[in-house]
Amino acid sequence: MDYTIKIGGEAGQGIQTIGDTLARVFSRTGFHVFSHQDYESRIRGGHNFYQIRLSDRPLSASKDSIDIIVALDRDSITHHERELKEHGRIIYDSSALKLKYDKPSFLDIPFADLAVQSGGDRIMANTAATGAVLGMLGMELTHFLDIIGETFRKKGDEVILENKNVALAGYEYAVRNCTRCSFSVIAGAAAKPKMLISGIEAIGLGAVASGCKFYSAYPMTPSTGIMNYLAAKEKEYGIVVEQAEDEIAAINMTLGASFAGVRSMTGTSGGGFALMVEGLSLAAMTETPVVIAVGQRPGPATGFPTRTEQGELQFLISAGHGEFPRIIFAPGTPKQAFSLTNKAFDLAEKYQIPVFILFDTYLADSQWTLDGLDASRVIYMDYRLRGDAFKQVADYKRHALTESGISLLGVPGDAKHLVVTDSDEHDEEGHIVEDAAMRVKMVQKRLHKKLPLIKREIASPFVYGDHKPDVIITGWGSTYGVLKEVVDELSKTRSIAMLHYSELFPFPHTEQFDYLRFLQNAEQTICVENNATGQFSRLMRAETGYEFTTSIHKFDGRPFTVETLVGEINGHLGKL
Amino acid sequence: MVTLENYKGQVPAWCPGCGNFPILKTFKEVMVELGIEPHQFTVVSGIGQAAKLPHYTKCNTFNGLHGRTLPVATGIRLANHEMPVIIVTGDGDCYGEGGNHLMAAMRRNINVKLFVHDNQIYGLTKGQPSPTTGEGMVTKNMPFGVIAEQFNPMTLAVALDCSFAARGFAADTDHLKALMKEAINHKGFALIDILQPCVTYNKVNTYEWYRQRAYHLEPDYDPEDRKAAFSKALEWGDRIPIGVIYRNHRPTFEERIPMIAGTPLVHQAFDVTKIQATLKEFY
Repeated sequence: MDYTIKIGGEAGQGIQTIGDTLARVFSRTGFHVFSHQDYESRIRGGHNFYQIRLSDRPLSASKDSIDIIVALDRDSITHHERELKEHGRIIYDSSALKLKYDKPSFLDIPFADLAVQSGGDRIMANTAATGAVLGMLGMELTHFLDIIGETFRKKGDEVILENKNVALAGYEYAVRNCTRCSFSVIAGAAAKPKMLISGIEAIGLGAVASGCKFYSAYPMTPSTGIMNYLAAKEKEYGIVVEQAEDEIAAINMTLGASFAGVRSMTGTSGGGFALMVEGLSLAAMTETPVVIAVGQRPGPATGFPTRTEQGELQFLISAGHGEFPRIIFAPGTPKQAFSLTNKAFDLAEKYQIPVFILFDTYLADSQWTLDGLDASRVIYMDYRLRGDAFKQVADYKRHALTESGISLLGVPGDAKHLVVTDSDEHDEEGHIVEDAAMRVKMVQKRLHKKLPLIKREIASPFVYGDHKPDVIITGWGSTYGVLKEVVDELSKTRSIAMLHYSELFPFPHTEQFDYLRFLQNAEQTICVENNATGQFSRLMRAETGYEFTTSIHKFDGRPFTVETLVGEINGHLGKL
Repeated sequence: MVTLENYKGQVPAWCPGCGNFPILKTFKEVMVELGIEPHQFTVVSGIGQAAKLPHYTKCNTFNGLHGRTLPVATGIRLANHEMPVIIVTGDGDCYGEGGNHLMAAMRRNINVKLFVHDNQIYGLTKGQPSPTTGEGMVTKNMPFGVIAEQFNPMTLAVALDCSFAARGFAADTDHLKALMKEAINHKGFALIDILQPCVTYNKVNTYEWYRQRAYHLEPDYDPEDRKAAFSKALEWGDRIPIGVIYRNHRPTFEERIPMIAGTPLVHQAFDVTKIQATLKEFY
């Protein structure tokens, strides 16, 4: 069983509410869910959609062919009718679209009238539509009714009851009238409810779990969700979230808070990060720990504000004036987003360096189901020198030269020792110097001594599929899911594996897993990237000298889907 | 007991006669007289001659980037609102490069003290005009004179309801000392624009030029009358008022953030096991 539902409509029509509700009903029922969204940069109008896939098997990507389309506008039909499977159905309300479709695949459901007739209001039409989808799938209504209760708790019992009646009306209408509906969900009786989480929530959750106490940012798609998530947790966890006047202020505030002794983070997109670059360099020079989440969207400049791309890898690698160490993680799933955000906080503080979470709109907005996240695996080590421990230090120098290059990170005010740091080159105490010998020592401390230690922290890339493959498809970051499903599909006829990088920089060493030999042993290696120039291919070549045999680039602002990528890979392999 | 000896730092690299010297001396005396020890507060500075001040004394120091003192100071205060934060900056750093942050800081009323050494010129880069350079002044890079109108920090401060806005003069050290103490004791954001002669690059606004013009505000002047303060703030030319131009008692930014109503963020413990309950919200 593998069904895909697409909810299409204008911005402001409530497609997100329908989508979120359905995804939650499915995950609570115990199904595997994958959802992604496609929207324009506008508050009202235009055409947007929300696509949900559900199955009794694990999912990690979206498909092109659709089983049920919920059309809230005419564009949903003109744009997506061709994506409908042979037995797929389109449901719509002819009174709302002011148009009737006679084709057998169409089912006209008077969402608004049903809402009014069952004692509700026209604005509850979407509740009727959600109920109708569940009716078509032959699912039970219980979870949906629970969710209505939770959603409208603050609005009172009357609103809850009305919505429940409308949900039931939509449900029953679909059951009665969708005579040609051949969907049958296997309501896995023993299936436990699953966790449903988006990439952006997972980054926020990872920050909370890591003891992040301060977050400052300027709103920018697709990173704003982190700020929203942390703001919702401010009270409960004692986190201060501050919307800065610009991104320059955001990173500098974050550094101020980190200097003062709390775990701090900022987040932005490529354009906002361009403004933060001098602050990145400041973090490096002052050895102030910072976690920076950068959400990629197509550029240059404003580009496609609400769409996806993997275009900032090379930017992050080389951003900032001067030479200094940094770490770049690019999670491929919400689970990795959670654990790598946690690892980012740990390493930022351990080595007193900037660490990036590089994600994109697609990962941010995609929801995945998980069996759960293991809280016991969260790392929390406080590396700062505080209170009595700081008082007991005999002689303190903020930038003391040490064997590891790491000097003690004292919390100012906790002891009589002064904590001094400077964006100028400085001595061990942190005071400005012009001396050549001290400059050399400080560069060695910040860069040469720390770097080998940092490199050891970077995990190997992940292999999925055949262990002696003829074909290897390689990717990084958000393409994890689609590559995995492509391997599942193609492994029916080929010897194929996926090689996925989520810990990108410093580039992983080959001691634990010799991925170079793994690649060299394959006949065909294809690097798949959601950008125009193959930024990861270039990094691989620069770091290892290895060149992929083929590359696939997509730079239309949309994510890869399983069928199109399978087709493209087959096309490449067929040409040989 | 804290003494001037506790505040001895590196030997300043300023030009002989620089207006920064009396400001540094006054600053140290203020800290000693207020009984504040060097580890009990933090100085944030940016880039410029003034920004080197923390190296020439003793204090916790974050000497950051050009124009970015205010956001760093804001972050420090939000993480630890029991840590007094003083910013030492110049007219180029604060009014030029950091303009947006200045407006935001006044609006927030973050409880930091902003001491702007205003010499109406760029010293570190050798003599270019700053936002407070007088119209028409000829500099190496502006051979036909400065065209833009001179920036007036006092009118901006009154317009934005800045909770404390004062002007001092580097050479009038007793007056400056009183202003610094008042700013430090004021609950809220406090700006002191300090007229500071640059003996090398500003041949117009000299010690003598300021001495002829600077006058102490009249004893009956009420800095809490915003309209009167605006008129006073507009005064610049033959007579330049020094003293507290404007003051109000708005609540501070820190006071209005529920998460730091009690213990500073930096001293709040983190319980890593708490996340268990939060994970359940995703089902």
